Amino acid sequence: MRALATSLALLCAGCTGSQTVLAPMGPQAAQLNWLLWSFILICGIIWLLVMFVLVLALRYAAVPSQRGERRAAVIVGVSVAASALVIIVLTVMSYAATRGLSVAADDPLVIRLRGYQWWWEVTYTDRRPDRMLVTANEIHVPVGHPINIELSAADVIHSFWVPNLVGKQDLIPGRRNDLTFTASRPGVYRGQCAEFCGLQHAHMALLVIAEEPAAFEAWRDAQLQVARPPETIEQEAGRTFFVSQPCAACHTVRGTNAAGTLGPDLTHVASRRTIAAGLLETTRGSLAAWIADPQTIKPGNNMPMVTMTPEQLRAVSAWLVDLQ
Amino acid sequence: MLLIALALLACKREARELRTDPPATDALNGVVPMANRINGGLPRIFIAQGSPYENNAYQLGQGKRLYDWFNCKGCHANGGGASGPALTDGRWRYGPDPVSIFLTIRDGRPHGMPAFANRLTTEQIWQLTGYVRTMGAYSAQTAAPSRNDEMQSRPAENRAPAATEIRMPPSR
Repeated sequence: MRALATSLALLCAGCTGSQTVLAPMGPQAAQLNWLLWSFILICGIIWLLVMFVLVLALRYAAVPSQRGERRAAVIVGVSVAASALVIIVLTVMSYAATRGLSVAADDPLVIRLRGYQWWWEVTYTDRRPDRMLVTANEIHVPVGHPINIELSAADVIHSFWVPNLVGKQDLIPGRRNDLTFTASRPGVYRGQCAEFCGLQHAHMALLVIAEEPAAFEAWRDAQLQVARPPETIEQEAGRTFFVSQPCAACHTVRGTNAAGTLGPDLTHVASRRTIAAGLLETTRGSLAAWIADPQTIKPGNNMPMVTMTPEQLRAVSAWLVDLQ
Repeated sequence: MLLIALALLACKREARELRTDPPATDALNGVVPMANRINGGLPRIFIAQGSPYENNAYQLGQGKRLYDWFNCKGCHANGGGASGPALTDGRWRYGPDPVSIFLTIRDGRPHGMPAFANRLTTEQIWQLTGYVRTMGAYSAQTAAPSRNDEMQSRPAENRAPAATEIRMPPSR
């Protein structure tokens, strides 16, 4: 009894939350949700009917006769026709619901999403090159504005899946996939790589943060700024270490000499809620822990352990956590 | 029974050392070059660890990734050489031994080879050294990095010697 109650409670927990198909937060997700329930309803009714007929057949065994043969033929014929009809109806419904998912909307906000082992690079495009923006693992979108996501991958196949907003779509090396969605309510929606992509596949999450258009523009303007200059001597030392050591070979911090493009852009790393693709909350402690030993926190990722003294580690974390 | 026992033997997988401990990194950095910075003694820990940067496929694979990521191709192409010397022709300006190649990557060489001491960690420089040595190897070895994502421009790393490359004259 208790096990039943627990499993029921767990089942219900799946109906709400920031990563569930059952709480659609946009028209595309709503359509898919409608499709899901229609399928469950139609297939559920058919299953019940079949079970009912099966029980009848087991209960009342038929006596072989000439008339019975003919009746059986009619019943089989009708059932086959009904099955074909149901399959056609379901196919048409599925086509109608998924047709709009990869069609570009009018005047969409175009965001490029590139999958890496194991993080996401997010590029906001704009007609003006100085308004282009690169960030990582966090997609901010304005509520009510159609978003066109261009999906690509740098190494292996990944898959973009933010169930509250839209269905899955693969990121394939050497190919571009498109996905359109709109967020209709502000909120934070979690997404997850949905195609096994290696050792740390489970630690490859991203957040979609839907905001009111004004808040989104403010966020975008803030992100377009170069990194803020260090205020304390410790932060200054952190920046000096960062740009003169292997950190700068892979990471970009706009406004400094660090211009590597192999790892995530860190210009506003502290403005993001998580580091290491959703693995840790962004705090000075988690940043320091990550830098001190990335291979123990996320084994197999491509960030090497850079040898440094405790003072250097303190300085770098003090500087990075200030990059709002 | 015998079959099961034999099958179990196959369960042993190559160990992946994802990171070296800081003291080991320091020790790996302690190569003892000759006065002319060509050749020298390998750090003792290199041998003590079982030379993973020479015969561990994971380490060689990491080296291959770094060769691409850090734009070694920009000058050395896929090993055939361009503005930098070829790496597959079996001729080494500063010697074919790991210490010379390690020093070349870490400290740079005159006339163009930049120093990567502050761009790569010691571990990564050793990974690259191991990979560069497989590119121009004369004898085949069992450990090889992962396959190319692009078209092969030369025989795969485990198919040494790269015969076609060796017959070519030195690039300059």
